[in-house]
Amino acid sequence: MSLLQISEPGQSTAPHQHRYSAGIDLGTTNSLIATVRNGEATTLADASNQHLLPSIVYLGKDKKLVGRAAQEMQAIDPLNTISSVKRLMGRGIEDVSRLGNNLLYRFETDSHSSVPRIQTDSGLVSAVEVSAEILKTLATRAELALDDDLSGVVITVPAYFDDAQRQATRDAARLANLNVFRLLNEPTAAAVAYGLDQDNDGVIAVYDLGGGTFDISILRLNKGVFEVLATGGDSALGGDDMDHALGEWILLQAEFKEVDAILARKVLIAAREAKEFLTLNKSAHIHIEHDKHRWQGTISREKMDELILHLIKKTLKSCRRVLRDANLSKQEIGEVVMVGGSTRVPLVGQMVGDFFDRKPMADLDPDRVVAIGAAIQANVLAGNQPDAEMLLLDVLPLSLSIETMGGLSEKIISRNTPIPVSRAQEFTTFKDGQTSMSIHVLQGERELVSDCRSLARFELRGFPPLVAGAARIRVSYQVDADGLMSVRAEETTSGITADIVVKPSYGLTDSEIESMLRDSMDHARDDVSARMLKEQQVESRRVIEAIDTALAADGDSLLSQKEIEDIIQARDNLAGLIETACADKLKKSIKLLEKISEPYVAKRMNASVQHMLTGKRINEINLK
Amino acid sequence: MTIELTEVAATRVQHYLANRGKGIGMRVGVKTTGCSGLAYVIEFVDEIQSDDEVFETRGVKVVVDRKSLVFIDGTQIDFAREGLNEGFRFKNPNAKDECGCGESFTI
Repeated sequence: MSLLQISEPGQSTAPHQHRYSAGIDLGTTNSLIATVRNGEATTLADASNQHLLPSIVYLGKDKKLVGRAAQEMQAIDPLNTISSVKRLMGRGIEDVSRLGNNLLYRFETDSHSSVPRIQTDSGLVSAVEVSAEILKTLATRAELALDDDLSGVVITVPAYFDDAQRQATRDAARLANLNVFRLLNEPTAAAVAYGLDQDNDGVIAVYDLGGGTFDISILRLNKGVFEVLATGGDSALGGDDMDHALGEWILLQAEFKEVDAILARKVLIAAREAKEFLTLNKSAHIHIEHDKHRWQGTISREKMDELILHLIKKTLKSCRRVLRDANLSKQEIGEVVMVGGSTRVPLVGQMVGDFFDRKPMADLDPDRVVAIGAAIQANVLAGNQPDAEMLLLDVLPLSLSIETMGGLSEKIISRNTPIPVSRAQEFTTFKDGQTSMSIHVLQGERELVSDCRSLARFELRGFPPLVAGAARIRVSYQVDADGLMSVRAEETTSGITADIVVKPSYGLTDSEIESMLRDSMDHARDDVSARMLKEQQVESRRVIEAIDTALAADGDSLLSQKEIEDIIQARDNLAGLIETACADKLKKSIKLLEKISEPYVAKRMNASVQHMLTGKRINEINLK
Repeated sequence: MTIELTEVAATRVQHYLANRGKGIGMRVGVKTTGCSGLAYVIEFVDEIQSDDEVFETRGVKVVVDRKSLVFIDGTQIDFAREGLNEGFRFKNPNAKDECGCGESFTI
């Protein structure tokens, strides 16, 4: 007979209709899966009682291994053993070459696809496919443990993941046949695991020191929504560096004559064991034996602290930087949450505590805390927690904008806005008689369209021709809870509309989407000056357009030949400057043209007023 | 009339209640669903209803509504592991037949 779980009052389900769900921490080094059973969130172990699944996949000829078994192949067959694949998620080939030479795989580069694929003995694979293998292994583990299918999962991603990286994670889940309830930011998941989402609003720092990566995130909880204020860290700093520091010390002590790969590996393993032992003990014994090499000795915790001090100081430097980015002082941080196995090192806890001037939260297993938070969230989304007030929403990772004249991007919904959300803004026409408008949907933080990701482009056609600036085009952006976006444009005077549902911004097959990847934006540089220039160029063209139209209409009747010549000279002068001059110069030139045209504008105004008043009685004039 | 918990089961229930942070005990009952008639229900209890019977077994309050009690009187509840799976198992002397999956039964 089957094994039953305790449900919340009134929430027990009929047989075969359990809403089992799981939270998955898809990590760079290790991955975990957790679920809520009997009201308790726990990580699930494999048959040999291991909770952590190394994020390593071996793809040999007719042989596929995931986790520990794949890890063992790393030394034997490194080219077919893929690790740290998370670093490649949602990346284009250009990005991969920028990641440097710490990725040894053979990348296929000569194809038309811009998604990097790794050559293995079992064929070409993408990062998404490798991640799907890890997800499949975890899901199978959960289905065995629950004796049922998973109705859905919550997968965690780093807070700094952009849309392409998030979409790649979703794609991996789809390949693994998993229904993704939601992607959740890793620091948010850690905060949820500690129940901080039930607390009063406040600011939380999440310090995540893993095996090979360090992340620091500052979150603000506001009415049940976690907002990421700032993130920082070091993608190549973690517990492995501590092992290396200790290993070097061992090599120095042992004075081995020649160190081959196997001895080096043994030293590293001994270093790691010593580090772990020193978490709870004051000193550790080290014993190394390889061929004719043999050494034993002891290391004290003080000595280790001395060796790793510079690494921890480096993390604190990042902490200082994110606080500055978030414009916060240390005193404004309410709680500090510790995540990642390397935070078990006592010196880490102590120094982080001293830095933030408060005791960090570290009661939960730092390796599992992210998966546990994800499981709690998944359980709520599966509908097993009816009275849960936790309606933790996602926020947009990047701003959504629209292209305006001059190739500038104008933000409609800014990043960190909780979703679902809908925002609208009104735009108008640039030219007289304009009857259509092209709507270009963008994503990113930068000022110029060319630096943002293009999400979609469509046209609103057939609205009535009006003078420039008279048409009212209302563009509304809507993002639903799953991050799917729809855009609608409406010319409000005529009621003509057009809309589009934006396809996921990343897909394995879609070549047009792949090209977006290439534009992948890295760091937003200071391009305000570029924006200023574009704005002045647009303004110049608008003024010239207006002058030309006016002169053609009534220049001859209102102005003397001399006046016309003066205006045209200033106009030509401005026209000649548009492509070459700086923003300031353009501005001056526009001013000049406007000044010269001032009497003309006044005359036009008078003429039109006169025209309006001629032949009318005073009481017929409607003064608005 | 009795419902009994094994030592292991009682410890688990106490652990889950403590972890949940609230609740009086464990509700055990049956529902008329499932592939062969009746299905077991176990839930946390926050409130005891007027038609509930309460059994105290190994320090745990087991709450059963009177309608369910006739079907599960004398049941012993154990906590077991099967491979990676773990959970509560019912030994119900009233049950004659179980469906293949064991989640529902007939009397």
